[in-house]
Amino acid sequence: MSRAVAFLTRRRGGDRWHWTDVFTFFWLGAGLIIMFGPAVWLVGSSFKTPGQLAEFPPTILPYVEQVVEVEGFDKPLVLYDVTMEDGSVQRLAQVRRIGTTAQMIDPAAPDEVIRVNIRNREVAREIGFATENYAEPFQRLDFVRYLWNSVFVTVMATFITLFTNSMAAFALSKYKFRGRSAVMLVILATLMVPLSVILVPLYSVVSTLNLTNTLWGVILPTVATPTGVFLLRQYMLTIPDELLDAARMDKASEWQIYWRIVLPLTAPALAVLAIFSVVWRWNDFLWPLIVLSRQELYTLQVGLYSFSGELNVQWHFILAMTVVTMIPVVIVFVFLQRFITTGIAGAGLK
Amino acid sequence: MGRIQLNDVKKRFGQVDVLHGIDLDVGEGELVVFVGPSGCGKSTLLRLISGLDRPSSGDIVIDGKDVTRVNAADRGLAMVFQSYALYPHMSVWQNMAFGLQNEHLPKSEIASRIDEAARMLEITPLLQRRPGQLSGGQRQRVAIGRAIVREPTAFLLDEPLSNLDAELRVSMRAELAALHARLGKTMIYVTHDQVEAMTLASRIVVLRAGRIEQVDTPLALYNTPQNRFVAGFIGAPTMNMLPGTITARAGDAAHLSFVGNAEASVAVTAGASGDAVMVGVRPQHMRLVDPSDAHAVHATVSLVEALGAETVVHANAPSGETLLAVLSGQAALQRGDAIALGFDDQDLHVFDGNDRAIAARA
Repeated sequence: MSRAVAFLTRRRGGDRWHWTDVFTFFWLGAGLIIMFGPAVWLVGSSFKTPGQLAEFPPTILPYVEQVVEVEGFDKPLVLYDVTMEDGSVQRLAQVRRIGTTAQMIDPAAPDEVIRVNIRNREVAREIGFATENYAEPFQRLDFVRYLWNSVFVTVMATFITLFTNSMAAFALSKYKFRGRSAVMLVILATLMVPLSVILVPLYSVVSTLNLTNTLWGVILPTVATPTGVFLLRQYMLTIPDELLDAARMDKASEWQIYWRIVLPLTAPALAVLAIFSVVWRWNDFLWPLIVLSRQELYTLQVGLYSFSGELNVQWHFILAMTVVTMIPVVIVFVFLQRFITTGIAGAGLK
Repeated sequence: MGRIQLNDVKKRFGQVDVLHGIDLDVGEGELVVFVGPSGCGKSTLLRLISGLDRPSSGDIVIDGKDVTRVNAADRGLAMVFQSYALYPHMSVWQNMAFGLQNEHLPKSEIASRIDEAARMLEITPLLQRRPGQLSGGQRQRVAIGRAIVREPTAFLLDEPLSNLDAELRVSMRAELAALHARLGKTMIYVTHDQVEAMTLASRIVVLRAGRIEQVDTPLALYNTPQNRFVAGFIGAPTMNMLPGTITARAGDAAHLSFVGNAEASVAVTAGASGDAVMVGVRPQHMRLVDPSDAHAVHATVSLVEALGAETVVHANAPSGETLLAVLSGQAALQRGDAIALGFDDQDLHVFDGNDRAIAARA
């Protein structure tokens, strides 16, 4: 605790608070809330019952109504905190409600019925988790299959992305040939074409190749990313050409230069691209939705969509399953982020 | 093994001619140093020999075999780069093994070669480290070790000492010389540092603007530079260049007059009476003489650098030339002193209007 206080009262030096200290804390605090708030709300809300989700104002934490079993009643009764006429507060169970009046009883003395104006009472709530939000979809949905499909698509697409993009980046950064800049420009230009524009031609290509309703139909069109080529190329440009020359003198083939020299040295950039690719492919929705029409091929995102009916959206399930689908991405990020910051030990060049 | 011949090698980058026809014959076991100011094409020439670049025209012959179109890997050469170019993600051992693995040598052979090279270079304790964990001098050794284990017919070294601090450079220089003596292999060494060139080379190739100015042993270059550029480039401090004229020519002997009243008689191979020439005198050949000596160069001291063992005197002649003189010992001189600098006639270098040396020297 004292360490937390020490951390939160850190200043940039000197013995007084400078306005930049205050500003920095404010700025970072606001950033934390903006970035992390929705995630916290998502996790909190995923444990709420449908009724509580509809409540206004919304709460961060999930609550459940407290109930009590009272002899003589079939169903458990909901507990309320009631402000009595003399000003004291009592915890009573509601038997029934008629208009603005509620008939309530004390669970300790169930025989005496107390009439209370509903304005004078409030639901007694405690923090509680609606775990059925998680349990039920697992039973109703073929979750494991969707998960497997998603994992397969993500892993394969990421590997192929890293492989093809790094080869393209290698050629575009380490070989000089006529039209190199033009090729790079064309690749970058595709960044300006949104998916929705090429959706139809892309579908007809995939369809002609008989890849509709296969996971490869989801994977293959996504693996060539201009962002990835650009990112890796810029990183590879920083690898000195002398290293490649040294490898050539060492009888390395061009493939070996790529595989044993350039690729290991590009590891930090590859890690960044791997994170991007995993997040992209894992969160892909529109393209898998179009390519996949057989339920057993659905990825998680498409599978989740089945909770949104035409008339009724089951938010509690969607939120819970969103949390579940987020977990792998978060794990990948936490793991690879450490790898990025560690970087690669030392550089053999000055 | 290890004879390298270049026949009229030219290199053009786009419209720019970088090398204008280089002819050179590097003998077996020689340590040849390419030296010249930056941009003279010495590194380019080395890359052509290595095979990393191809000449625009001309032939490169190694041990009688034309290798102009042969890949770098198949020329049997090893190169040490200016930045060392060690693979940062591999240990020292892996760095040295990489080339041997690519040659598909048996594991035992690889291990024994690396052990031997590591022992020779005293890097055995470093074999498991990464290049990033080594000091500059250690990296340098590893880079040399990586070249040695390949057992090449010749070594190519591209300014290998330029990233080291002055002290380390001197000791590594000595080690390189010892290594060359021990291995007996041909080495081609590129540097812009003439001291390195003088101390290491069996022969020095002086390059300027893509042309060979002179190829000779270090002392021959120092004693008989064939032109003004070589004379100015080799030797430190730089040779004094004083404008003068041939006042009389009789047979081989020419009488020169330069900077005011200074006079000298030199045996020359060309030049006629009345020709304008440049007279070169090394600062080390200057000495203080009696001010009444009419043939000496009279000047005013502008700066005295007392180095203890010797004193470097900067002086201005009345006609404006700056003179340098290296006097042995500690001269009692001050800024503003009028001095007379003498020299022996046979130490003079004379260059004609085309900057060619015309003094006949023994």
